[in-house]
Amino acid sequence: MIFGVPLQALLGQLMLGLINGSFYALLSLGLAVIFGLLRVINFAHGAQFMLGAFTALLLAKHLGIGYWFALVLVPLLVGLFGVIIERTMLSRLYKLDHLYGLLFTFGLALTIEGTFRYFFGSSGLPYSAPAALQSPPVNLGFMVLPRYRAWVIVASLIVCLATWVLIEKTKLGAYLRAATENPTLVQAFGVNVPLLLTLTYGFGVALAALAGVLAAPVYQVSPLMGSNLIIVVFAVVVVGGMGSIMGAIVTGYALGLAEGLTKVFYPEASNIVIFVIMAIVLILRPAGLFGKEA
Amino acid sequence: MAHPTSGPAAGPQIREIRSAGTIRMAIPLVALAAALIAPFWFYPIFVMKFLCFALFAAAFNLLLGYTGLLSFGHAAFFGGGAYFTAHVVKIWGLTPELGLIVGTLGAAALGLVIGAIALRRSGIYFTMITLALAQMFYFFCLQAPFTHGEDGLQLGPRGHLFGVIDLGQAMNLYYFVLAVVLIGMFVIWRFVNSPFGMILRSIRDNEQRAISLGYSVQAYKLGAFVMSAALSGLAGGLKALVFQLATLTDVAWQMSGEVVLMTLIGGIGTQAGPVVGSGVFIALQNNLATSDFPVTIIMGVVFMVCVLVFRRGIVGNSLPRASGGRLG
Repeated sequence: MIFGVPLQALLGQLMLGLINGSFYALLSLGLAVIFGLLRVINFAHGAQFMLGAFTALLLAKHLGIGYWFALVLVPLLVGLFGVIIERTMLSRLYKLDHLYGLLFTFGLALTIEGTFRYFFGSSGLPYSAPAALQSPPVNLGFMVLPRYRAWVIVASLIVCLATWVLIEKTKLGAYLRAATENPTLVQAFGVNVPLLLTLTYGFGVALAALAGVLAAPVYQVSPLMGSNLIIVVFAVVVVGGMGSIMGAIVTGYALGLAEGLTKVFYPEASNIVIFVIMAIVLILRPAGLFGKEA
Repeated sequence: MAHPTSGPAAGPQIREIRSAGTIRMAIPLVALAAALIAPFWFYPIFVMKFLCFALFAAAFNLLLGYTGLLSFGHAAFFGGGAYFTAHVVKIWGLTPELGLIVGTLGAAALGLVIGAIALRRSGIYFTMITLALAQMFYFFCLQAPFTHGEDGLQLGPRGHLFGVIDLGQAMNLYYFVLAVVLIGMFVIWRFVNSPFGMILRSIRDNEQRAISLGYSVQAYKLGAFVMSAALSGLAGGLKALVFQLATLTDVAWQMSGEVVLMTLIGGIGTQAGPVVGSGVFIALQNNLATSDFPVTIIMGVVFMVCVLVFRRGIVGNSLPRASGGRLG
């Protein structure tokens, strides 16, 4: 017992918090990558997350494609969708005020969600985890851990770290960071910056879709699963500051844990705790925990 | 800065300036005449809904069009105003005009808190923070007992204005709503064209220069934010009186999106734009309500099309290209 709460319940909620935190981290990572180079806040990120989950569901239903294959195929498909959107429409807005990018992607989010609601209704659809991850749960001695949840945490950590390495440690990442600082100069050095922008958006969208596939067995697959999540992720991004990739990742997990803890000790406040933390951070440290003053 | 913001596009500016003066005088008079006789042609509730949203969009435009701040959390003020007004009228049993005053002041107080926090950051962060704080208010309303959760706060009989005029009569209610909306519009017009409004525009067009001229930019922005919130609350309170209902729909983020769209359709930073935009939007929504085709898809597509090719909106496109203006 800790503060009158059974250890089992506490750890269970912390585990759920860590799961939520995994999705916050993956999504805020994608937002930060896109924002870093394109200066666009991708409001459609939640809708693309939902699109990932639905694509996995539909692939399984109509083509019999299983979870593991979907994990690779879905990000590619949805990422391609993002590339097409960027090439045909979003790229026209770069020269304008940044607010237009936000408004455009908001419209995109409404369109995607509206379409799925029209065809599939608002209720959630089940998507089962692959057999290898279903049973039995792992007994860690102090708590019982369902296998799929453990997998989500491990997978999201791997993806987050891989993205960090890609951006901070590779040649391609160096181009990306250089183009963030000064696109004109990088273009003068012969790097195809418009292509880099397209690929970056595609990559960010693919990350959202991957998170969607990971989330499909945990949450119910529904057209609205992304829209409420994305507002929380915005708050995460404000707390972390979008200047740093690592900042986005760490903040995502930390706020997920904070939310889990609140569910144990003061459940009424559990769905506003992240916003409260955001407000406090803004008052004490307006640039965000990891952000540079901009 | 790597990504240049849009400057004013060069275009024919002198064109039609002389006739514009006469037109500018004539349009409000024609609109006023139309508003006075509208309930004889259209269903009064429909026209009143349009009036409430026109005031809401105009209040929102005060912030986006004249200060250059995009708030994605205005549903909190609109819905907050609706809840405050409904609470005062229903639970405290006071008259409708007192309800509106409390709704307006309550929304202003809410605007002061949200504005003070959100204005710690600027640009795109400001937008995300307003959205997040409004969502927090939404969750608060979802759980707080006084909002009655999913059922909403339902009002009984409409009551008597100043304790005398019966608002249960459709025409009495209509002209009361029209009068309040006109007062609200007049306040916005006065505000925008006051020295205060001029400073707001200078902040919008060149914040650094406004700072170097010695203006306390943050205080002016907060002033505009509170003003916009208060008038949004007034619009929300009116809406609660008209529909006898304050619900979670009024505080949900979709409402914030709708008011952005109305302003965008009509023309950001124009006086008449929000009114025209809300008219188009309400008409569209009303027509689609009878079909089973979802409004959300239409809204989303209209949003994308407006941003891509129709950024100046209906009113903005009909005016000679204005000088200045970061948006539109």
